[in-house]
Amino acid sequence: MTPRPEGRPGTSPNRRLRRHGITPIGDVRASIHVCEAAGCLALNSEKVVEALVEKLDEDGVYDVAVKRVGCLGLCARGPLARIPETGQYLERVTADDLQPALEAVALVDPANPVEVTPPPFYARQTKVALENSGLIDPEDIDDYLSRGGYGALEKALHELTPSQVIAEVVTSGLRGRGGGGFPTGLKWTTVAKSSGPEGKYVICNADEGDPGAFMDRTVLESDPHRVLEGMAIAAYAVGANEGYIYCRAEYPLAVKRLRSAIRLAERQGMLGKNILDTRFSFEVDVRLGAGAFVCGEETALLYSIQGGRGMPRPRPPYPAVRGLHGKPTLINNVETYAAIAPVLRNGGQWYAGLGTERSKGTKVFALAGRVKNTGIVEVPMGTTLREVVFDIGGGIIDDHPFKAVQTGGPSGGCIPAEFLDMPLDYESLAEKGSIMGSGGMIVMDDTACMVDVAKFFMDFCVEESCGKCVPCRVGTTHMHELLTKMTEGLATRDDLTALENLAGMVKATSLCGLGQTAPNPVFSTLRYFRAEYLAHIDDGLCPAGVCPIATSARI
Amino acid sequence: MVKTLPQAPSDDKRWKIVDTRMRRLGGAADALIEALHAVQEAFGFIDDDAMLYVGEYLGVPRSKVYGVATFYSYFTLKPKGEHTCVICTGTACYINGAANNLKSIAAEFEIKSGETTSDDHLSLLTARCVGACSVAPVAVIDGVLTGKLTPPEVIHLLRALPHGAAQ
Amino acid sequence: MSDVYTLRIDDRDVAGAAGETILEVARENGISVPTLCHLEGLKPIGACRMCLVEVRQTGRLMPACTTRIEEGQDIVANSERLHAYRRQVLELIFTERNHVCSVCVANNHCELQDQAERHGITHFELPYLNPRLEVDATHERFAIDHNRCILCGRCARVCGEVEGAHVWDIEGRGITARMVTELGKPWGEATTCTSCGKCVQVCPTGALFEKGRASSEDRHRRPFMPYLRAQARREAD
Repeated sequence: MTPRPEGRPGTSPNRRLRRHGITPIGDVRASIHVCEAAGCLALNSEKVVEALVEKLDEDGVYDVAVKRVGCLGLCARGPLARIPETGQYLERVTADDLQPALEAVALVDPANPVEVTPPPFYARQTKVALENSGLIDPEDIDDYLSRGGYGALEKALHELTPSQVIAEVVTSGLRGRGGGGFPTGLKWTTVAKSSGPEGKYVICNADEGDPGAFMDRTVLESDPHRVLEGMAIAAYAVGANEGYIYCRAEYPLAVKRLRSAIRLAERQGMLGKNILDTRFSFEVDVRLGAGAFVCGEETALLYSIQGGRGMPRPRPPYPAVRGLHGKPTLINNVETYAAIAPVLRNGGQWYAGLGTERSKGTKVFALAGRVKNTGIVEVPMGTTLREVVFDIGGGIIDDHPFKAVQTGGPSGGCIPAEFLDMPLDYESLAEKGSIMGSGGMIVMDDTACMVDVAKFFMDFCVEESCGKCVPCRVGTTHMHELLTKMTEGLATRDDLTALENLAGMVKATSLCGLGQTAPNPVFSTLRYFRAEYLAHIDDGLCPAGVCPIATSARI
Repeated sequence: MVKTLPQAPSDDKRWKIVDTRMRRLGGAADALIEALHAVQEAFGFIDDDAMLYVGEYLGVPRSKVYGVATFYSYFTLKPKGEHTCVICTGTACYINGAANNLKSIAAEFEIKSGETTSDDHLSLLTARCVGACSVAPVAVIDGVLTGKLTPPEVIHLLRALPHGAAQ
Repeated sequence: MSDVYTLRIDDRDVAGAAGETILEVARENGISVPTLCHLEGLKPIGACRMCLVEVRQTGRLMPACTTRIEEGQDIVANSERLHAYRRQVLELIFTERNHVCSVCVANNHCELQDQAERHGITHFELPYLNPRLEVDATHERFAIDHNRCILCGRCARVCGEVEGAHVWDIEGRGITARMVTELGKPWGEATTCTSCGKCVQVCPTGALFEKGRASSEDRHRRPFMPYLRAQARREAD
């Protein structure tokens, strides 16, 4: 992150350079919010902020505030900026081309408020977990507080008993957003009821290892306090006083913002000892992962926090009963915690009013792949796939034909075009042979070969397998060999049978979720794209033109 | 039982960073992964001396330290080159051509993932997903993330890396 | 203060104390459940998946070695389905590395061979992966042939839990994982090794063996094992 030096452009008798942007000392007529989450930073958005500040200073404009905010969502068109007074989004804002942004902000007239209709990408979303993302400066706790931040924690501590808090969560119907979809209220109840005379723990699983998923990253970088507030409320509800956020090392910005947020929150009395002048204490720290997908599995995560190899163990006993250091431990995903504050603030009933019968609330999806509008999307459960891919996503790049959407990462499956009108909810996705997973959604067009895709995911599982149990360690290796043979045009029908047999055995007998779901992409692609497999095997052809069969001169 | 703390492998001031991290986390077995992170941040890689020292300090058996250091992809036991290029091979990057970027780097610099050029100038690594999928395909060069890279662009960036780099 | 549970295993009514595992109760009642990574006296880890049994009420497959019994469980320990899975586990193990019985010190004294025989294994459909693995004979008295190792982890467990030296651990992960001593250097250089030989005694195959033994000559001596069993019992209470 670039340092913000004092005495540089932005400071003048009329203005002071705030740590996180510039705020006019006088009245603010208009503001420009510039995204500084990972996607836009990769496109040098921090230079945009610097350049804006310089230019406004040069032009003698002293009634415009510039604020660094979190993710604005439409990452494909970054760097993104937004004018909150009108709701106008600005795309591809670069330090060399500030004109459109400056012109837009010059037009803002508080006496004549104009609302710009946002493009469908934004308009069709319902922000709950991400309601602050892009509106607040993630490194400024006052910004969070000004939007009601830590109000839910205050309500919980001052007005509700732990059981009442859990009751709201149960009513909400919130289900684990990490992929398991386990009823959150039930998990909290189990931990609350587990005997923990020596203490309990609340852990946030921020190991987001699914390749193609960046929802949790977005929440952590854009609204870290939201996660902390959710964890504190959870701790109060289940009877814990200590917690950890296990965050993958590949997210240094998220780690930095979390650590800083924890310090700021402690200073304000929102975390630490005697929170908000009550007897409740909750101390939380960040623990780094180190590049192991399997550490997203709960028991492996616990071993990792304890400084060991992340190798899962059989369950039962479940972490809710015997977890970190043998004590009852609540483990929830980032997005799950991010939903807690709104649930407490607006009531569980309100949350249950969103979504479908069995999948309540909203889900954050990371839309990526061959879709025009790649980025972060939050929609109510039950929204159709078509709406997400075409209305919000804008359809396929270069208008290629849609082939499939991959959901659930390496544990998930591919949904073909015939099911574009299906609702996105836990049960429907499972029924179609995929899973909701953590929210990664990769759109594929006719340039993708489904055998190659299955091989890609199997390669991932081979590399990430912890190696403890035989089915996963060796079974995935054999499956990968078979899939490789298919992409090279050397496979036979017997190999296909062997692949299917192995897939069933690995799914049924593996020790943990990694092995149990590693065969899913194979099952799913065989279910909907069997013809493509047969083309490779019987005809030595790769219809998509991707595999070595297609690209080499092999007979 | 009074524990006598071992001496750091050398006078190198960077060991203080590692010591501080281990102490802050309680100086016990739990701190192993954070300690290895500190070693790698300070020295760029984890060698035998570091593993022996950390193990003794935290009371962790040698093979356990080694087992942990080799389990996690993030840790490297080999020194890295002057510059590091991490190509993300997550799903979104893969679908958007990460493999082509790798191929062109292999052609240009003659290194595959996990290797360093013979003049120790550039190390190539792959990561399974750095979470910037919206700007795929992505590379992290010397810690700086750049997105939407085509093969010519990534070669251009790598060729521009200074030799005999000043920090 | 121990509760007693009654349950059914393979359609037989059995009883066990709270805290006992399905494997323990099954064996107490003469119901055979195959195991490989399990060894009485060492902490069970449920890794090899040979002992998977089916709990009828949930339909879930649970490792008998780690799963505690519950009142009223109806367990299937032997069935065609489980037998097929066990054969597949063995096939995966045999094809993973290079198991050549005819020249192995443990020939005819090998738990892997025993399981193969028990499950009627005669040949394999899957190809051998043929990894290049070495033999480390640098230790004065013992040697390890990685070609024969099935990564059961017993050596690491006995060295860590019983001898207390923790010389052995695992390097890497997944299919490239390997048992190593200390910092992955030759065994002969491991100064924390007490040469007690427990790892050799608990190894189910001929991977760990005493030097100076020829093919088929390795017989494990485990007179210390009953004491481990008793110890483990005491610790569980």
